[in-house]
Amino acid sequence: MNRVYGDRKTILILLLPTLAIYVFLKVVPVAWSLGLSFFEGNTLRGFEFVGFDNFTTFLSDDAALQSVRVSIMFAVLATIGQVTLGYLLALLYVFVLRKGSAFVRTAVFFPMVLPTVAVALLFRSFVAVGDTQGPVNEIINAAGGESVEFMASTWGTMGTALAMTLWSSMGFYAVLLYTGLLDIPDEVIESARLDGAGGLRMVRHVIIPLSLPILLSSIIFSLNATLKVFDSLLALNNGGPGTSTAPLTLYMYRTAFEYAEYGYGSTIALVLTLLCLVFTLTVFRSSRRRVED
Amino acid sequence: MVSRRNRRTPTAAGLVLVAVAPLAACGGGDATDGSGDGTDPDAFTVLTANENETLEAQLTALAENQCKAENEALPLEHQKTAQADTVQKVTLLASQDALPAHFIAGTAMVQPDGDLGAAGMVLDYEELLTQEDAWDNVLPAAASTVEHIYGGMVSLPYQYNLEGIWYNKAIFAELGISEPQTFDQLIAAGDELLAAGYQPFAQGGAAGWPLTRLIGMYIFRNVGPDAMEKIRDGEAELTDPEYLAGAEALQQMAESGFFGEGFISLEPDAATAAFLSGRAAMKYDGTWMLSSINDETQNQIGVENVGFIPFPEVEGGAGTADQWPANAGAAMAANPDAAGPKVADWIACIAENYGQQALSDAGVLSGFRVNGEVTDIPETTKLIQEQLAEIDETVAWFEALFDSKSNSLASTNVTLLTTGQMTPEQYMADLQASIDAAR
Repeated sequence: MNRVYGDRKTILILLLPTLAIYVFLKVVPVAWSLGLSFFEGNTLRGFEFVGFDNFTTFLSDDAALQSVRVSIMFAVLATIGQVTLGYLLALLYVFVLRKGSAFVRTAVFFPMVLPTVAVALLFRSFVAVGDTQGPVNEIINAAGGESVEFMASTWGTMGTALAMTLWSSMGFYAVLLYTGLLDIPDEVIESARLDGAGGLRMVRHVIIPLSLPILLSSIIFSLNATLKVFDSLLALNNGGPGTSTAPLTLYMYRTAFEYAEYGYGSTIALVLTLLCLVFTLTVFRSSRRRVED
Repeated sequence: MVSRRNRRTPTAAGLVLVAVAPLAACGGGDATDGSGDGTDPDAFTVLTANENETLEAQLTALAENQCKAENEALPLEHQKTAQADTVQKVTLLASQDALPAHFIAGTAMVQPDGDLGAAGMVLDYEELLTQEDAWDNVLPAAASTVEHIYGGMVSLPYQYNLEGIWYNKAIFAELGISEPQTFDQLIAAGDELLAAGYQPFAQGGAAGWPLTRLIGMYIFRNVGPDAMEKIRDGEAELTDPEYLAGAEALQQMAESGFFGEGFISLEPDAATAAFLSGRAAMKYDGTWMLSSINDETQNQIGVENVGFIPFPEVEGGAGTADQWPANAGAAMAANPDAAGPKVADWIACIAENYGQQALSDAGVLSGFRVNGEVTDIPETTKLIQEQLAEIDETVAWFEALFDSKSNSLASTNVTLLTTGQMTPEQYMADLQASIDAAR
């Protein structure tokens, strides 16, 4: 067996089919899209080589820069929210509910399986105003306040979007982090307890350091998912009011498919990829520094 | 390290080259004249929007009756798409040389400088129907509207719509309000309605266009019927005071509470329901609303209580109230390559029979002549029909001559304008910048 795995030709033959499929399905489309960034046009009108024009356009395109800000803001706030809530839930499962946490875990995880568009419509109806007023405004009215049109303001829409994202995804992060917490040996926790650590001190000095790898994975996972948010903001308020909650993905979709500018659309996709890369590398680097410390 | 980098550079360059090289071959096709000398496909495939169920039903009815012979020679087949995906779908189909014989398209696509128009991928219906001796079946007013909006006879007028203000006669009579003749009178009527506890207008702000239409109409009445052509041709700018007044007028209406609570997220269908249930006294909309008005299950205020007036004149403005905004529905183009003799027969049959079929079966007013008698036409539909016959001059709508991006921007930003988060100056300046960028 060792002889087989030691033979470079054999390795090549075994890897080649998978590698070919990977290159064909992953590398070629990415390279194709990268190439498109230097062109202007679409498949019908034809393509014209424009060099770096699309990139300079991007830097002076207010709508694009606004979308970058929306994507980053949503990603940061959603990541902080869902990882924090997920972690707190995981601690609840492990240290409070213990073996009886199965039902709560399932109940909190359940929204994750619902289609995002359905969740967006649900939350939109929660905050509706006017003839079909939703429960949120009913409560505000009952407390003596005037109805608030959440979808008419940037913060109202963004707040609703964040609430629905947290509601639907915190269960997933809770399960992810729960598995990480289960890996911490009971003996370590027990000895920390004997040494007098309890409550917050235990979490801060024992639990968090030992669950750091899964915590960092969750942050990277969450950042990458929320930076690419599309369907929830589209279904909730179509990126509105105006374009004030339109993330980069929605701007890319509109540019490529509504305005038929495939080249510029690819440029936006490339910027989004770089953004994900920068965020991921930043988290990796900071984690490495932390480990070295 | 250096050697590794050296090895990577040619690899990366190679990948980019692999990606880029084939693009050079993807040039646009040469423009053709668009006449119908194509080759018949195996079926008369018609691509329509999911939202337009009437067109599919009426074409199927024609295939079973008046156009039976044409259907036997070339069977009718339907393809559907979401209206919002039209540009994407048609662009893809056209680039793969797979356009159906007859298809929905984006307004900007079929215009002479649009993607399809410039590539000669839209048929000239006037040429084809003249050859088929069926051109007389297209109403001159409808043909003029199609040519005005699309820059050529590249769409069949399956609808011929007027736009104006639908109003509740009973509420107007109750408060003693007469039909507004000027914009100031319209505002005064709105104030009276508000004071009496009625919502003056039901406008579905979620779609954007029910609000931007009001900006456009104010501008047409203020500047004149060629207002938007001047913008297209660069002879005027949206930031000019007489154009800016349109955005200011809409903001004033919204701030006065004319559109009621929650109009920003109100869907057009819900707005229609608000008007037909008597909650709102007026609604700016098109004559496509006739099907809802004539539907007893939807219309709770009674057909006899629905009136229709043009958008009023602006005092001192160059436009007049008899310049009705008109449109001929979404663009329904034909593929010149697929326009063989059998497809030509089909299109001629549609032109000859659609007017009567749609009016008698669905109460839809089209831009085709009604050949034959149609009885039992509802009173409101008859009134609109008479109104259509009297029209001499029409105007388009606010965004009709905009590029796709500016069109979208007009609709999305109108929420910010009507909620006071954007000034009229900002709204018009952003729109003008987008129009300039697309030139």
